[in-house]
Amino acid sequence: MIYRAQRFAAGVAVLALVVTACGSSATPAPSVAAPSAAPSAAAPSAAPSAAPSTSAAASAAALSVVVIPKQINNPYFDVAFKGAQKAASDLGGTVTQVGPSAADATQQVPFIQTATTQGVGAIVISADDATAVVPALQAAMAAGVKVVGYDSSPAVGAYNVFVNQADTAGIGKGLADMACAEAPSCTGEIAVLSAAQSATNQNAWIDAMKTTLKDAKYSKLVFDGVVYGNDDPQVSTTQAQGLLQAHPKLKVIIAPTTVGIIAAAQVVRAAKKTGSVFVTGLGTPKGMQDYVKGGEAPQFALWNVTDLGYLAYAVAAQLTAGTIKGTEGETFTVKGLNGDKPYTIGKDGVVVLGPPFVFDKANIDQFVASFGF
Amino acid sequence: MSAEVSARPAGPSLGSRIVSMLGRSRELTLAGVIFLLCLVVAIQAPHFLSISNLSQVTTLAAIIAIAAVGESLVVMTKNIDLSVESTIGLVAFVVADILRQKMLPGPAAWAAGIGLGLVLGMANGAIITLFRVPSLVATLGTLSIFRGLDFFVAGGHEVNLADLPAGYSDAATQAFFGVPLFVILAIIVVVVVALVMRLTPFGRQVYAVGSNAEAALIIGIRSRLVIFLTFAICGALAGVAGVLWGMEFGTIYATSASNVSLQVIAAAVVGGVAIAGGAGTVVGAAVGALFLGLINNALLLLQMPQELLQVIYGAVILVAVSADALIQRRERRLAAEGAIQ
Amino acid sequence: MTDPPDTIPGSGTAAGAAPPVTMRRPILQRASGLLRWESLLLVVLALLVLEGTRLSKFFLTGPNFANLTSAVMEVAIVALPMTLIIITGEIDLSVESMIGLSGAILGSLWAAGVPIEVGIVIVLVVGALGGLFNGLVVTRLGLPSLVVTLGTLALYRGLAQVILGPTAISNFPAGFTAFGFGNIPGSTIPWTLIVFSALGVVFWLLTHKTWIGRQVFAVGKNKDAARYSGVRVGTLKTALFVVTGVIAALAGVILAARFSSARADNGTGLTLVVVTIVLLGGVDINGGKGTITGVILAVFTLSVLQNELRLAGVSSEYQGVAVGLLLIGSVTAPYLARQARSYSDRARRGRHPPAGSVEGGEVV
Repeated sequence: MIYRAQRFAAGVAVLALVVTACGSSATPAPSVAAPSAAPSAAAPSAAPSAAPSTSAAASAAALSVVVIPKQINNPYFDVAFKGAQKAASDLGGTVTQVGPSAADATQQVPFIQTATTQGVGAIVISADDATAVVPALQAAMAAGVKVVGYDSSPAVGAYNVFVNQADTAGIGKGLADMACAEAPSCTGEIAVLSAAQSATNQNAWIDAMKTTLKDAKYSKLVFDGVVYGNDDPQVSTTQAQGLLQAHPKLKVIIAPTTVGIIAAAQVVRAAKKTGSVFVTGLGTPKGMQDYVKGGEAPQFALWNVTDLGYLAYAVAAQLTAGTIKGTEGETFTVKGLNGDKPYTIGKDGVVVLGPPFVFDKANIDQFVASFGF
Repeated sequence: MSAEVSARPAGPSLGSRIVSMLGRSRELTLAGVIFLLCLVVAIQAPHFLSISNLSQVTTLAAIIAIAAVGESLVVMTKNIDLSVESTIGLVAFVVADILRQKMLPGPAAWAAGIGLGLVLGMANGAIITLFRVPSLVATLGTLSIFRGLDFFVAGGHEVNLADLPAGYSDAATQAFFGVPLFVILAIIVVVVVALVMRLTPFGRQVYAVGSNAEAALIIGIRSRLVIFLTFAICGALAGVAGVLWGMEFGTIYATSASNVSLQVIAAAVVGGVAIAGGAGTVVGAAVGALFLGLINNALLLLQMPQELLQVIYGAVILVAVSADALIQRRERRLAAEGAIQ
Repeated sequence: MTDPPDTIPGSGTAAGAAPPVTMRRPILQRASGLLRWESLLLVVLALLVLEGTRLSKFFLTGPNFANLTSAVMEVAIVALPMTLIIITGEIDLSVESMIGLSGAILGSLWAAGVPIEVGIVIVLVVGALGGLFNGLVVTRLGLPSLVVTLGTLALYRGLAQVILGPTAISNFPAGFTAFGFGNIPGSTIPWTLIVFSALGVVFWLLTHKTWIGRQVFAVGKNKDAARYSGVRVGTLKTALFVVTGVIAALAGVILAARFSSARADNGTGLTLVVVTIVLLGGVDINGGKGTITGVILAVFTLSVLQNELRLAGVSSEYQGVAVGLLLIGSVTAPYLARQARSYSDRARRGRHPPAGSVEGGEVV
């Protein structure tokens, strides 16, 4: 019967795939200096992230780096990627960015696995969930791929070096200080609007902030708790609205996430509470420009996101070249960053980019122009 | 039934009559439930009923309600449109981008946005009526395709408030005699569409196609045209929602309006628009949107754990739909008993 | 939107004598319909594989095969019972939330010290109960499954969030993680592929070789006729929902194992992927038609496509576009083919349907 033959053929096709699996378990070993299996030029590169930078004349070993942010099409990560691209053109090598469309760790893993299969030199990753990416990253490291964390750290043991944008305790203190400065006489109720409940970096910063708040200097600030906006503008908005309504005496909303801080500022403006409720936290200069001038967010902080991407790429380059290994105490220099002073690798392979910037009315226009985001 | 020689059989009790009346009018039932909800929550959290809180809640609910009106037309014909969230997101971004690049003045940009929504809706309608693709499949596909278009247009950027004309997002807070502007717009949309549904042949045809497609064909209704039009209207209203979305949030990302389809469909369903087609009203869909918005707000104000929100959403949908079915059964049973007597 | 009934093409609605026909023709006709769909999928799959080898030299390697397979095993096993549900004319949207709920329960049991094996059994029972709830509400209350499972989609997800809160459980035993993430030692065949293969065989036999399968198709084609011929429609549908719940719970266990992480939002978005696979596999959304073979082919077609797009560096939102186009094309192409066939048949016979008739009884 024809039908049965068709079924058989289907089975054969699947079997062929399986035989491939058994037969070629000897993978082309991704050696460190191997030419990259860069995405072929014939592929539709309408995606803004698929942009291998020209490295034809690079004398350095043709390094290939894949950047996997928490989420594609997130402006924060796109700016970091521009920094990585600049580093690739300065230092040699190619860099591409791929990632999930939602900030979901389970969607990040296939990209990690694909990069491993392709034998890239290094993966630069901001983990949606510290532990969910561990098996895939450890498999990558076992296959000789260097792993550099940035922005949000994978769990210890699943990376060679983690580039932290700023010292966690420093960010926590900064958040507390900005809240203190915005609350009249450092007195009043404050609350936090965060990102996803499981976000490693936000949770670390909030914990550091709470520790700082125990100090006598902040004794007149009352902490009302944390709500989660999932980095979704609609959810962040309703959460911020709920905060305002549930705590009528609220003075400051602290939002350590670029999506949440914009939502909170917009909510304060729409509720006509400008001047009685203030917003602070971590935000992009361009996104917050209108709100700084309008008075909803007198000050907020961030770091140089472009530099973050640049440093992450530079670290990846040095790891693959073998000049650093990621052990505590190692130092290295990256031309153009940190005033050309050396970086020191700290505990758990963490490197700190530098102190955060505080933006306010006086400098916001200048930084929008110079940062470009 | 007993064959007694009857004096007039006793009529239904007052309670039973009230239940029947409520059953026949989902809008009434919902209004009653909303009233009770307000009472209960206001006792615990008085600022639930404050002007500022209600303004915020109803403004956001108005946007969902407008989209739900369009969706309910589609559902009434026994179809579904999963792609509304992508339409809303794409229109919001395109309008914001047009304004950022100063290509058109405000009202022209809005018109362009609504026009885009109309085109997207017509695309859905064409795929479904011309190529006979079931609406679940077609809109599942266009959900991704339109969103992909959104990402393409965005090219990795978002539109910040600073890029838009000064005071652009203030429209979301305008109010007339205390009623937010968006709520007024939503009411206008609901009234217009409701009148169309009630007074025009098109409205009757929508119900006819949804109740019994074959019968509709037999009596000469061009059901494919009717379905095409409902998708077109749904797209246009999603476009309106997209324009308002942009004003409400100020900053538009390529991912804006994710997860809105579920809210819109839930609003329609809770509002009495039957998935099986042929029943429900646009007023009900709008009231459903209001109801769900109020529940979300109540949970926040009562400071209940966020996790409960999903549980309550699910429970509300199940209760609403079960109530529909039970009441329908009851009505049929009563009618059957009445007929026999 | 129903397909034309299985009539001999060309007879349309013309009254009078149908062309002389042998008994075998209808069977071949039906078989050739299925034949076309699975061959089409096979051709698409072959083309994709060819394109993949052209795209990247890593495509036909063992590790890549392991990647592309393991990435899709959870949705693949859920697609199997979902096929049966859709054939009966129902749908279950709550599978992704059951995946999350089972992971959440497993995680919290493990964190509370319950041995992982016991936890897995408990979780499967919970899956059965969830499916039972779906099934009873749909069959006893007579509610449309689309809406009921829309409700349980939210409800079960909410329960997962209540149980686990914002925490993630991640210190699962190494063996558990190795099962979810790893391959059979010495090869590049993921353990989870074994699970899928076994279930695939079971479901294929069940659907195409047993009386249960025949009842499923009968219910899908004509629910009332099936009931009058003695099929216990309500029981059958409820049983299918229970099975779906159990398999979804199993998928949740596998997901938690693969990522060594149980979170309340595990599995978000997977329902659409499962439904896409089933529809891609040629299963008619209106019920009554479909094959497990088609669905299995669709699993690999989709995963190969996604793998290739990743190898080519295409971002995931454009992957979504590709899948969306594939989905619409998968329904449009056969329709256009049917239209072409029926036009050519009619032209050949020189008949025209009476004016005003509906072509083949189709309604949208």
